[in-house]
Amino acid sequence: MIVANKNKIISMAKNLSEDKTTSGRSLWADARTRFIRNKAAITSLFILALIVLFSFVGPYFAVWTYEQIDWNTMGSAATLGMPSIETGHYFGTDDLGRDIYSRVIQGTQISLMVGVVGATIAVVVGTLYGATSGYIGGRTDQIMMRIVDILMAIPFMFVLILLLVVFGRSIVMLFVGIGLLSWLDMSRIVRGQTLNLKNKEFIEAAKATGVSDYKIIMRHIVPNLLGIVAVYATLLVPGIIIAESFISFLGLGVQEPKTSWGALISEGAGTINYDTEWQLLFPLAFFIVTLFCIYFIGDGLRDALDPKER
Amino acid sequence: MLNYIIKRIGIAIPTLLILIAVTFYLMHAAPGGPFTSEKPLPPQVLANIEAKYGLDQPIWRQMTTYLWGILTEFDFGPSYKYHSRTVNEIIGQGFPITLKYGFWSFVVAIGVGISLGAIAAIRKNTWVDYFAVGISIGAQVLPNFVMAPLLIIVFTLWLGWLPGGGWHGGDWEYLVMPVIALSTSYMASIARITRSSMLEVLNANYIRTARAKGLPTKTIFFRHVFKPSLLPVISYLGPAFVGLITGSVLIDIFFSTGGMGYFFVNAAFNRDYAVMMGITILVGALTILFSLIVDLLYAWIDPKIRY
Repeated sequence: MIVANKNKIISMAKNLSEDKTTSGRSLWADARTRFIRNKAAITSLFILALIVLFSFVGPYFAVWTYEQIDWNTMGSAATLGMPSIETGHYFGTDDLGRDIYSRVIQGTQISLMVGVVGATIAVVVGTLYGATSGYIGGRTDQIMMRIVDILMAIPFMFVLILLLVVFGRSIVMLFVGIGLLSWLDMSRIVRGQTLNLKNKEFIEAAKATGVSDYKIIMRHIVPNLLGIVAVYATLLVPGIIIAESFISFLGLGVQEPKTSWGALISEGAGTINYDTEWQLLFPLAFFIVTLFCIYFIGDGLRDALDPKER
Repeated sequence: MLNYIIKRIGIAIPTLLILIAVTFYLMHAAPGGPFTSEKPLPPQVLANIEAKYGLDQPIWRQMTTYLWGILTEFDFGPSYKYHSRTVNEIIGQGFPITLKYGFWSFVVAIGVGISLGAIAAIRKNTWVDYFAVGISIGAQVLPNFVMAPLLIIVFTLWLGWLPGGGWHGGDWEYLVMPVIALSTSYMASIARITRSSMLEVLNANYIRTARAKGLPTKTIFFRHVFKPSLLPVISYLGPAFVGLITGSVLIDIFFSTGGMGYFFVNAAFNRDYAVMMGITILVGALTILFSLIVDLLYAWIDPKIRY
């Protein structure tokens, strides 16, 4: 305590002697302090980082790859395929003798990637669309928002399944479908924020000095939206992961031998009667823990960044 | 108000038409028709079949015929896979089932969700609040395809209380698990929305005034708090409805309830485009209709909105 105080006094003295004024706290610095103070969010961030790290480092500790078949345990997963260190199947095997450990890692990679890519599409398209619509206003705004209304009324899960059936299952199609679905809410939120920002003095100043609309949107509107966009992007990720898992669960998502959480949970749920709980429990645990973490991080971010909550 | 209704219907109709057009063109853009199988049919046979289903016509013609059929006779055409059945028959078989458990799920989600949220808001920062918030977060990360197997494990395999699937005309034993699995995550969202909007209302000045006047808590709650804090819930009902319909796909797979979702997935794997198209359009129309109702309800309840 004494040391800390001493340091503080010294630094204060230094500030005084060098005639430094204390710098104002920016929105982001403020938000950071608030976020760090939120224990649930910080713990979640830590766990999530571990999971991401695991999905990259995990394969180096795996004895089996995700598509390799252990002929010894094939067909008798319930008796021979239990989780054990000796056989190298840390999480057990499925009925085909494939290693659940490696498959969970593979599934984690795919599911997280889908979540991140989906959220990125939502952020880029939604922000630009919403900001443009809100900033230009008038008739353009009306038409652009009507289009969003129309798209929102379409039952997307059904159309997504339809797309996947018609054009064949592929991860690209999945991204296209999820991308189509995810940006709508974001664009509405961003538009609302933009309408608020539009009448602020600094925008007026920019206009008065003859900055082009495009530049105003990119340089003045979008950066000011980042806070709220970050919050909603985080809150979007679980939804997207759930959507992908749902599709994979139906057997329309990623193709074998690649897998994702949804596909793994589906397999595990299908074989629940054969005493191979580990097939369900390991992917399920990863799925639930990750979603929990993302929710808490999103909540923490919202508390830290959303100006309305202050 | 009347203007607003007309305007909303004016959006609803083109939306539906666009949906029909998009699904229709998607179907026809598909590589490989519904009748391509591993063993190629003789060209003459194929031509005959296509003529029977009108697939030899130009595409705009097919589409107008299809549209006309829907508009005039509510006819979605024949199934491509089950030759003796029409899409209408298939929907007629599955839809009432989906409607029944969907309705109950909706009721449960709204009823339980609002009560939970309200209790949490009134007893803010007590264990009741933490408990309710905990439940609602937990329920949100447990999507229905996780809930469903867990329910089956617990209630059918371990406890043996409920049958693991089937429909049997919708007896309550067969309804319980589908309804729980389907409603949980929406219940959770509704609870969260109710809680936060109710907290906002409880902090409002007019509530303080009501307290200062010495009104009993019960009166304040039911007369001043309840209605305004439900507005955000109402605007969530549209998305919740869509989610429930989508979720039915899964419920039908898990609990073998035989609703519309079952036929949709079956059709997806059989490439039975007519059935898929029919169900997608029906669901789309319902969604549009429902969001129209929700919007009108909202406009009617919220005194701040004037059209």
